[in-house]
Amino acid sequence: MIWAAIIATGVGCYLLKLAGLSVPPRVLERPLVERVADYIPVALLAALIAVQVFSDGHSLSIDARALGLGVAVVLLLLRAPFLVVVFGAALVAALFRLLF
Amino acid sequence: MTDAPLDPRERSSIIRDSLGVGVATGAYGVGFGAVSVASGLSVAQTCALSFLVFTGASQFALVGVIAAGGAPISGALTAMLLGTRNTLYGLRLAPLLAWRGWRRVLGAHVLIDESTAMSVTRDTTAAARLGFLTTGVSIFVLWNLATLAGAVAGNAIGDPRTYGLDAAVGAAFLALLWPRLKGRRNQLIAAAAAVVALATVPLVPAGVPVLAAAAVALLAGVLTKDELQESAP
Repeated sequence: MIWAAIIATGVGCYLLKLAGLSVPPRVLERPLVERVADYIPVALLAALIAVQVFSDGHSLSIDARALGLGVAVVLLLLRAPFLVVVFGAALVAALFRLLF
Repeated sequence: MTDAPLDPRERSSIIRDSLGVGVATGAYGVGFGAVSVASGLSVAQTCALSFLVFTGASQFALVGVIAAGGAPISGALTAMLLGTRNTLYGLRLAPLLAWRGWRRVLGAHVLIDESTAMSVTRDTTAAARLGFLTTGVSIFVLWNLATLAGAVAGNAIGDPRTYGLDAAVGAAFLALLWPRLKGRRNQLIAAAAAVVALATVPLVPAGVPVLAAAAVALLAGVLTKDELQESAP
């Protein structure tokens, strides 16, 4: 199943890229389409964060992942690079689990 | 836009800037590789994602949904929804890059945030193509190598939770979202989407809450007036 999802995502994402370079602009260049396309990454990424950090699949939960997210916020406010944010969050969550 | 050749100084400046972006972005692949195997994918599946999908947010989304226990099909749909922004990038770039036939077919694969950013502001087709290809190809090569390195390392260390790698997934999504949180409207959309996703977690199969949150984007698009006019040149 995972392989099927990988292939489908690969084909789908490639066709989305090719469509942009191939479709006449007037087909998709409408204000509503552009607004929704701008909002989709914001909504999906926010939802992914919420589900990834505050749930365990079927119920809400709070654990070291929430602490990791807090660390990520601080690092982003300090303008830390991407990898520092990602591994900084992991490091603090790991330390928390080790100590408590 | 013209087909005038580039002068050597502009040429080397574009190449230098593009390679800088390429190296910085390609290195993220280590994070993706580690997060992906921590989510339960194999090293081969992780590398296939970077090679075939090659658009970071979509790759993180697919493994994030699978990590949360969601069906792979929900992950694939989420990934493709995130991939729709590349279509809009393509619309902007098509007249500038002016590619036909096999060049367009090949070039499309490296149409991502960074290659767009490094080409969309150029004045000539030659400059746009140089920025696009230098950025896109250098990221593609480094992203795939870094993915392999991250996946192998992640695989070797055992239970990813011990190393907090499950916490790294949320941090990676937040880092991707961060630059888009500048306006009040986007902040409200993000908050509403997070609430919708969490509210539906106990009710629907894993993976579906994220798709439900896409409705927030649709609703916000219908309800708001166009603010793109202000930023248009």
